[in-house]
Amino acid sequence: MIPSLKNANKRSPLNLKQRTLFKILISIVFLAIVILGGVLLDEGRIVTNLNERNSAPSLKHLFGTDWLGRDMFTRTVMGLSLSIGVGLIGAIGSTLIALFLGMAAATMGKMADRLISWIIDLFLSVPHLVTLILIAFTLGGGFKGIVIGLTLTHWPSLARVIRAEVMQVRSAEFVQVSQKMGKSRWWIALHHILPHIAPQLLIGFMLLFPHVILHEAAVTFLGLGLSPHEPAIGIILSESMKYLSSGMWWLAFFPGLCLLIVVRTFDQIGENLRVLMTRTHD
Amino acid sequence: MYKSKGRKLGLFILMKGVRMATLLVAICFISFLLVKNSPIDPIQAYIGADMLKVGPEQREKIAEYWGLDQPVMVQFLSWGSAVLKGDLGTSMIFRRPVSEIIGERFLNSLVLMIAAWLLSGVIGFIMGVVAAMKKGTWIDRMIKWYCFTLASTPTFWMGLLILIVFAVWLGWFPVGMGVPAGVLSENVTMVDRIQHLILPVLTISILGVANVALHTRQKLIDVLASDYVLFARARGEQGFVLFWRHGLRNVALPAITLQFAAFSELFGGAVLAEQVFSYPGLGQATVEAGLRGDVPLLLGLVIFSTIFVFVGNLLADLSYHLLDPRMREVRKL
Amino acid sequence: MSILEVENLSVSFKQYTDGFKEINHKVISSLNVTLEAGKILAVVGASGSGKSLLAHAILGILPSNANVSGIIKYEGKELTPIRQTALRGKEIALVPQSVNFLDPLMRVGNQVRTSVKNGDAVSAQRKVFERYRLGKEVEDMYPFQLSGGMARRTLLSTAMVSDAKVIIADEPTPGLDPVVIKEALDNFREFADNGCAVMLITHDIESALQIADKIAVFYAGTTVEIAPVEDFVGNGEAIRHPYTKALWRALPQNEFRPIPGSQPHPSSLPPGCLFEPRCEMATAECRQAPPKMRELRDGMVRCIHAT
Repeated sequence: MIPSLKNANKRSPLNLKQRTLFKILISIVFLAIVILGGVLLDEGRIVTNLNERNSAPSLKHLFGTDWLGRDMFTRTVMGLSLSIGVGLIGAIGSTLIALFLGMAAATMGKMADRLISWIIDLFLSVPHLVTLILIAFTLGGGFKGIVIGLTLTHWPSLARVIRAEVMQVRSAEFVQVSQKMGKSRWWIALHHILPHIAPQLLIGFMLLFPHVILHEAAVTFLGLGLSPHEPAIGIILSESMKYLSSGMWWLAFFPGLCLLIVVRTFDQIGENLRVLMTRTHD
Repeated sequence: MYKSKGRKLGLFILMKGVRMATLLVAICFISFLLVKNSPIDPIQAYIGADMLKVGPEQREKIAEYWGLDQPVMVQFLSWGSAVLKGDLGTSMIFRRPVSEIIGERFLNSLVLMIAAWLLSGVIGFIMGVVAAMKKGTWIDRMIKWYCFTLASTPTFWMGLLILIVFAVWLGWFPVGMGVPAGVLSENVTMVDRIQHLILPVLTISILGVANVALHTRQKLIDVLASDYVLFARARGEQGFVLFWRHGLRNVALPAITLQFAAFSELFGGAVLAEQVFSYPGLGQATVEAGLRGDVPLLLGLVIFSTIFVFVGNLLADLSYHLLDPRMREVRKL
Repeated sequence: MSILEVENLSVSFKQYTDGFKEINHKVISSLNVTLEAGKILAVVGASGSGKSLLAHAILGILPSNANVSGIIKYEGKELTPIRQTALRGKEIALVPQSVNFLDPLMRVGNQVRTSVKNGDAVSAQRKVFERYRLGKEVEDMYPFQLSGGMARRTLLSTAMVSDAKVIIADEPTPGLDPVVIKEALDNFREFADNGCAVMLITHDIESALQIADKIAVFYAGTTVEIAPVEDFVGNGEAIRHPYTKALWRALPQNEFRPIPGSQPHPSSLPPGCLFEPRCEMATAECRQAPPKMRELRDGMVRCIHAT
């Protein structure tokens, strides 16, 4: 009769939940090392050293050196650390805006809901990067400009998710009962709604993170973000463009690859968290 | 029946138009306020290096001429009414009307974006279909891995890699510029243009496939698990015929819609790719305007890119209204 | 003359919980049924008891993670996957339960035409539509435009045009309107009278009794009794299995007494007789091992106490 096509799922000593937790742990450790590296690495390795200019990757300089003899590995790790920091601020800001507007849309009546969905439409109707350029321009670029820009542009999709979630809990029986028992809005929000949307909020935050980091790097690359004195990845890559035609590929290759790995790691944590949370839900 | 169908569609477009108009007015207003509050001095940005030669009196005259001494609302209204007449002002960098520059740059960008849009759409769709048909195999896992990785890849870095490989190492393509330097625009041949187009298109396409591919994969997996595919199999259909008859039409529509709705990301990709390859399109103009404080050009580009995104969304909605029989045909019973 | 025989059919699904524990869900266990040309066999069982999977197993369209054992014979020869592929839609046709089984983006006329295996598809489709009183405009409609009755007749048309010898109908009478049910059942009688073997899978024992020649009672994934329809009279003295008796008594025109308890879940089947936990006649012996299907008074039963 019909042959069994099963057994694709290999046996392993850990179950899915443990494996997912393990993956998340590894990712977090990796990111922690990068951040610590950025803080602890010797600043001396990125001072101008004209004796070791333009050298290709070697054991001494894993990622090579640039035209001023600075060690590219150190610059990259510092850049990543900076990117994660900026990303963290931007993602936290965006998540807070999303939380506030999503809750407001779901609880403060029809008018507020319409207004907020109109604001969301407003933000989604201009290309993301153009909005970022506009905001960075208004604030005169630099750290402040990029952070505010990132905070103001990444919340709409998460706000929609939170609005839907809050709507769902609000109609749930236990909330209805609390309402009848005369509990205040704030009490219900704090005791019923917030705990319910916390997982979504965490997942949403983790999935925002990679976007924020990528956009920071992109805007900085375009010259409208962090200042050229900062060791940001965007700066490194934009500087490298001048030297690419002379064959110094390592200036662009490694920093970008590392950025990719960091972003992918964040994305993985978010996805794994999602798996974990939806599993425990049912 | 056909009359009401036409009217329904007309009403739909009208509603969309009204919504778009309100959004556009709001965006104009907000953008205007934003650039007015920027620390960049428009007069200095206009005059540039000659600033030292300009005395305070002359400065005031220029300010008066531009209406910079008026309240912000008055400035907005006079700018707004000029925009309505189609006058977006004069670009400070290029010293030419903004509408002219946008028109010219848009043609360049349009070629770039259409090519990338088609290429990423078709390749992404095929990848998604293959992954879904081979679900669970190594091919599926590869495609999924590739797509997830691409979603984390910075566009400009991909551009740099392509530049290194194809332009620097292999030397197949020039390192930059939309047209060869030092050649009069009349003398630029079609071949030149295409040659400068390939790498940016490649950059945007390589990254653009991820979204369509993942979406198509999921959609096709759903379709293959549906009751109607089960019934089709029960009637003896299988393999490619089954996919062609039932899979394709049920998967293509959402994929097309998704591609249209992705105009915003397409524009963002173009901004970065144009910057990497020094391609003279809208994206590069946006960056220039932002960097050098060209307020009229920046405002013009914000408006234009908004319209561009809106057209994409409208096309996405329309494709549903026109192609899906459930939307197209009025219930006959 | 039997045309399709199902012997000892078992279908199970492997599932992983917590990504570690492997659980075998046995949805069909040692099931036996036989289809005869010109006869209607009704497979009756409660909703959600895995009856549809029997149809899918015969046609070979179970999901790939299903494990199948047992033998299915068609015209005396074993129905291998290769033969299933060759025969489905041609000799064995399925009549599914709802409009969801039609491609939402394809005109229904076209969908019926794909079922035509010999001759001119268009004229065959038009002829069958005429016969089922489906107007000329229906062939250009999409499934969402069909009414419930039209959808049912369209689904019937697909089986009709295929010239299949075996028709498997899965819950063809989901609605409540007695007129519609009557019409649907008459259509199947017509199939049988034309020499087809019909398997009617349904939860509706009343309509099954109106039309079928034989009733197979399906409980928790297996057949507990196969009885000629004539046995269902009076207080059900002629019925063999306690579950069938209980079903019969639960009908409104009889005692209208529901059966206490509920069907066991496929993941936790009792070790002995599957009906034992709910059975009034259960003894310690019933818990020992699953009873074998045995012949009894011109029928079959899976109960050690049945007489």
